[in-house]
Amino acid sequence: MPGFRPAISFTLVYLALIVLIPLSAMLLKTFELSLDEYWAILTNPRVQASFRISFGAALIAAFVDGVFGFIIAWSLVRYTFPGKRLFDALIDLPFALPTAVAGIVLAAIYEPRGWIGKLVMDSLDVQIAYKPLGIVFALIFIGLPFVVRTIEPVLQEFDTAMEEAAASLGATRLQAFVKVILPNILPATITGVALAFARGVGEYGSVIFIAGNMPYISEIVPLLIITKLEQYDYAGATAIGLTMLILSFLLLLLINGLQWWVRRRSGQL
Amino acid sequence: MSISVNHISKHFGAFTALDNISLDIPEGELVALLGPSGCGKTTLLRIIAGLEQADQGDVFLKGDKVTDKPVKSRQIGFVFQHYALFRHMTVFDNVAFGLKVKPRRERLSNEVIAKKVHALLELVQLDWLHDRYPDQLSGGQRQRIALARALAVEPSVLLLDEPFGALDASVRKDLRQWLRNLHHDLNVTSIFVTHDQEEAMEVASQVVVLNHGRIEQQGAPGDIYDHPANAFVSRFIGQTNVFDLDEHDADWLQTAGLSTAQQKGKIAHVRPHDIVIEKSTAGTDTFVTLKDWQHLGSLIRIELVKSGANGQVASVYAEMPNDQFRRLQLNRGDKVELRIRHAHWFH
Repeated sequence: MPGFRPAISFTLVYLALIVLIPLSAMLLKTFELSLDEYWAILTNPRVQASFRISFGAALIAAFVDGVFGFIIAWSLVRYTFPGKRLFDALIDLPFALPTAVAGIVLAAIYEPRGWIGKLVMDSLDVQIAYKPLGIVFALIFIGLPFVVRTIEPVLQEFDTAMEEAAASLGATRLQAFVKVILPNILPATITGVALAFARGVGEYGSVIFIAGNMPYISEIVPLLIITKLEQYDYAGATAIGLTMLILSFLLLLLINGLQWWVRRRSGQL
Repeated sequence: MSISVNHISKHFGAFTALDNISLDIPEGELVALLGPSGCGKTTLLRIIAGLEQADQGDVFLKGDKVTDKPVKSRQIGFVFQHYALFRHMTVFDNVAFGLKVKPRRERLSNEVIAKKVHALLELVQLDWLHDRYPDQLSGGQRQRIALARALAVEPSVLLLDEPFGALDASVRKDLRQWLRNLHHDLNVTSIFVTHDQEEAMEVASQVVVLNHGRIEQQGAPGDIYDHPANAFVSRFIGQTNVFDLDEHDADWLQTAGLSTAQQKGKIAHVRPHDIVIEKSTAGTDTFVTLKDWQHLGSLIRIELVKSGANGQVASVYAEMPNDQFRRLQLNRGDKVELRIRHAHWFH
């Protein structure tokens, strides 16, 4: 193939400068610790709690995004309604908005005296902000466009004649949806959920304002890293960072595997 | 009547797709809905299937009024133009789909379904592909799987939208013959939509010619070819020479055998094989010039040019068997005489 050498050289240099060198620097820094020290940091209850919160909240938020993102993408592709283009543009807002701004706005709205926060507090007696639930809400907000934007093109390309074929063969609307539409859209949905999840795990700006940042309760891993950095505990910070990297990598691998399995089962491989 | 359509009209905005169409199709026929693109043939098929709702009129299947029934309860088999196979399912699951979505009390056991599916796949001669996915099949194979899938639910009528439209010429030829034979064996009332008159004539037992949302003519292929109801049908089905007596030199045509005495209109349509040509004997000015010819297999298509008195040039096409043409020993530029054996007259 023409252009192989320049293209592959560029790719390798770029990958090294932007991805590999910073990551290996992190790895090297972690090596300043002994294995025992590393283990001690990881088994610290506060660190473990923050891991549970970060990964748990990101996972829940990604799944919620998966469901609602699907419905929103469906509405945008299948129906025409006034203001559709504006609505469509709004979906990308979480991409564009500085995350800190989003965080402050979300905190203001969902706090116990905020517009929605007060409503929920009064009617359901549930507090959103300054609780793990607040973190989930912030991550749902941040992750939604990933899901919508990955499902949309696939749904657009979906051949509606398949639905008509299902109906002509006697399938109900529900059967057509479950047996024909869903399997075709599922791989894209999983991709979207994986992206939302990956973004959510590392999200900092929009979360810290609404989280309340109480150790053991609503403290996320990125915040813990910042705290360690502020205490000049660089090795400790990189140890947590590295662990997070490994966990994220494993989870993404798992999601990719799931996607491969779904595609294989549905003949798209 | 197996399929009856009563006074169906359908508009898309200001466009009239179907204009008060009525059509009766007897049991066991293989009918072609033939017409140029945009004539409403696919819309009519989709209305019969229930995939589209008519603005006015009723559809009857086997005597039952199904106008308000959704497609899933009409007991039809529909084959889509681009097959619309479920690409996430194997060939087997595609064909089994209609049997598996039945309500529990009507559903057959898995063993019976499997048996039926394999029998259908054998019918379309593709059982060996049962575990493949649609993306792994050729166009002709997909078409046959789509047909097997539609037949699985034992439809009372089979509807096919441009069934050969997306196929190569050679595959198309084979599949036409195959569909005809299959219909002969199954004898299920079938309608297929096509814009290809050759296809309609070759496959169908009845042809319905549509134009601008109206039925121009319905009949057996031979009848339509031999007795076209109007100028549109005559032009659309087969080749034809059009002579407008207002524009052409009437004298010349009269000499050629187009008798004005028996004319029932001003426009004569003459099939190329109804024109006989002979070498011109000197001294007449009724000759035409042989411009060129093409080989169409067993026939020769001859292009003739007539120069009119006022300088206008008219092209005439004639066809005759190969050997007959050879016997005439004609060359390009030769002067020949025409004799028109038969013409259809229209206003």
